[in-house]
Amino acid sequence: MGQTISEKILARASGKKTVSPGEVVKANVDILMVNDVTAPPAFEAFEQMGFEKVWDVDRVVVGLDHVVPACDIKSATMNKATRDFVRKQGIKHFYDVGRGGICHQIMQEKGLVWPGMVLVGADSHTCTSGALGAFCVGVGQSDAAAVLGTGRLWFRVPGTFRFEVEGALRSPVMSKDLILHIIGQVGADGAVYKALEFAGPAFERMSIGERMTVANMSIEASAKTGIVEPDRKVSDYLETRFNIQAPLVKSDKDAYFEKKWTLDASKIEPKVAAPFRVDNVKSVSEVEGTEVDQAFVGSCTNGRIEDLRMTAKIVDGRKVHERVRLIVAPASMEVYSQALGEGLLGKLTEAGAIICGPSCAACPGMSNGILAPGEVCISSSNRNFLSRMGHKDSKVYLASPATVAASALNGKITDPRVFA
Amino acid sequence: MTKIVSKALSMGDDVDTDMILPARYLMIMDESELASHAFEDMKPEFRKKFETNKIIVAGRNFGCGSSREHAPIALRKAGIKAIIAESYARIFYRNAVNQGMIVLEAENVSSLVRDGDDIEVDLDTFKVVNITKGVALPVREVPKFMAEILKAGGLVNYLRDHKDEW
Repeated sequence: MGQTISEKILARASGKKTVSPGEVVKANVDILMVNDVTAPPAFEAFEQMGFEKVWDVDRVVVGLDHVVPACDIKSATMNKATRDFVRKQGIKHFYDVGRGGICHQIMQEKGLVWPGMVLVGADSHTCTSGALGAFCVGVGQSDAAAVLGTGRLWFRVPGTFRFEVEGALRSPVMSKDLILHIIGQVGADGAVYKALEFAGPAFERMSIGERMTVANMSIEASAKTGIVEPDRKVSDYLETRFNIQAPLVKSDKDAYFEKKWTLDASKIEPKVAAPFRVDNVKSVSEVEGTEVDQAFVGSCTNGRIEDLRMTAKIVDGRKVHERVRLIVAPASMEVYSQALGEGLLGKLTEAGAIICGPSCAACPGMSNGILAPGEVCISSSNRNFLSRMGHKDSKVYLASPATVAASALNGKITDPRVFA
Repeated sequence: MTKIVSKALSMGDDVDTDMILPARYLMIMDESELASHAFEDMKPEFRKKFETNKIIVAGRNFGCGSSREHAPIALRKAGIKAIIAESYARIFYRNAVNQGMIVLEAENVSSLVRDGDDIEVDLDTFKVVNITKGVALPVREVPKFMAEILKAGGLVNYLRDHKDEW
């Protein structure tokens, strides 16, 4: 019997020839990531466990992203605790305010993740880096502390669901619409403990950034991880930019998949996830005309250059509706600089958008775009749970940056194809 | 044999971590302060109920969403002694075990337990009985090493003493 990508990676990391779904393995972790919310409690737990030195200063990534720059004394104090620990330990990969951005984005931009790796991150969207063919899982602060001290963690080997996607997305339909469609089909708990594997011509056509959007939202089907089958695009990127050569780990032809889906990307229409569930997925046409107060383009799901290009293209030469605030937050300093260089930020601000610094911004409801009672936001982020972005009587509709931009112009949820 | 007996607090499917603890409280490190905000938006009345109903009984995918370990910490500190659900989101499950919170899986548990039923959890065997109805609940066996983490009171305590076995 052949092996899936997840099985191959976990077998290698635990020193076994093969592993099977359900088996519990202790694996060596290749890289650990923590952010501004999870770093201080993880560092505290590390010390309480009686550890003194982190297991490998070159394999720990610390990125501040949820609330940066600090918005109050609590977050300032937590950030300071993080900086103190980083300096004391000599951790190499530290991305402070103005140097990095959203932790999942910097993993890709700084060449910290590649095919075949085991990445553990103290953030549920750690699965984003599965777009580069790695096995990436989110954990909490205690597991992160255990890895900090030992470089090891136990895993239950997941069974795999495979998605083969044919055809090509028809712009302005984006990879966000595809993953929303998939979550609508699988359900919010449809993939508990499973690995999702994405492959096929539609993925081969996507940029790494577009693939990251899909891998990112695997967790919204409760999956353990989401991996896009890596190809030449990934190896070329890593080789040209970082001189990293990593073999591409792919599933065997006779690997066992618990479920298989075949989809045609050309049939995907613009989608939204309506409140308060990510699997409450509808076609934009079903909710068209719903008035919005805020429109947000950003987050680890859709704050990349592809997303800013699409948003700028749609709002270029037009004005955001007078009732609406359009908030744009590039995912990283690199995306920010690139957008500036390409003239995208000028087009966005001309239209009436505000540009926030690279951070999670409005997505987790901690700063930069918190909603008041009764307000509605159309957002390119990943969760629309009750009170996610602010007051419990506010609402979030999740959509692609194209749909967010079109809706910002019209003041109500709008199919982006009318502006394309 | 150590046992917990308390009343059930019923919840539905897909209880997410933003419901358990909204993100606006993530910059809080003090556990009692976290506990004071548990379920604040969705069910503010739960806070009062936590005093008498210390065993959460829920449906599928309990704890879905974010990786915040603040969620099980807030529940533990609010007085919750155990959670019995049909299934869990995996990060929440790991985090709860790591916090020493007893998390048990039982098929159909939401139809076998009504809010307010008296529930007994055996802390040695992790067997559960609905005392009110006089029936044992079909709880799945807890893997041995997870039981050890639970008996140590969480991962911090466990690793303090068991670094060689990790």
